[in-house]
Amino acid sequence: MSKANGVKRIALIASKGTLDMAYPPLILASTAISMDWEAGIFFTFYGLDIIKRAKLDHLKVPSLANPAMPVPVPNIIGALPGMTAMATMMMKNWIKKANVATIPDLLDICREGDVRLIGCQMTMDLMGVRKEELIDGIEVGGAATFLEYASEADVSLFI
Amino acid sequence: MAESITVHKVLDAKGLVCPMPVIKARKAIRDISLGQVLEVQATDKGAVKDFEAWARQTGNELVDWTETGGIYVFHIRKAKE
Repeated sequence: MSKANGVKRIALIASKGTLDMAYPPLILASTAISMDWEAGIFFTFYGLDIIKRAKLDHLKVPSLANPAMPVPVPNIIGALPGMTAMATMMMKNWIKKANVATIPDLLDICREGDVRLIGCQMTMDLMGVRKEELIDGIEVGGAATFLEYASEADVSLFI
Repeated sequence: MAESITVHKVLDAKGLVCPMPVIKARKAIRDISLGQVLEVQATDKGAVKDFEAWARQTGNELVDWTETGGIYVFHIRKAKE
């Protein structure tokens, strides 16, 4: 382990803003804290949507260029209006049926467990996102902030 | 085997899937003292491997586990504050 105090650490980058890609960083961080590790997530580019108040409960599943959908949809159909909403609705039904935790639930667990949540300053400037648009408990920082944290991590993943 | 274990707290995690059983277990084990045993009931098929790993990582002892009709019962002795 990297840290002198023997506590393990995971440092994650969340770079995607779709519903399916919001799960891995939040599941790994919440599980890590349940195992007494430290955890941090750096939300950059579209990943910033995961911590936006107005967006986090409305993340979507892409219907286009997504051959892994359990019900495969040809791209020409997936490109039609309403298909993203439909794919998202299907995924949300599966999530509910399988009793999988929701994104807001996982975010709450992460915040209660003191997961370090860092919003990317550059992305916020680029996309015109104000700190008030993000959920409470977010720290805003840049690549150097994340790298310093990650330099003492045992596990570091880009998602 | 299981008869000789005194359970101090029971966590019903049936119906929950990854990562909720271990997250709830982490919260539940705070409520018992060192040496006491938490019983976790789960139906998540990944729970056996996950609780083995969770116990190793947290420093608690997975005393035993059984599976009956798809319901897993884990006994975890608190070995670390």
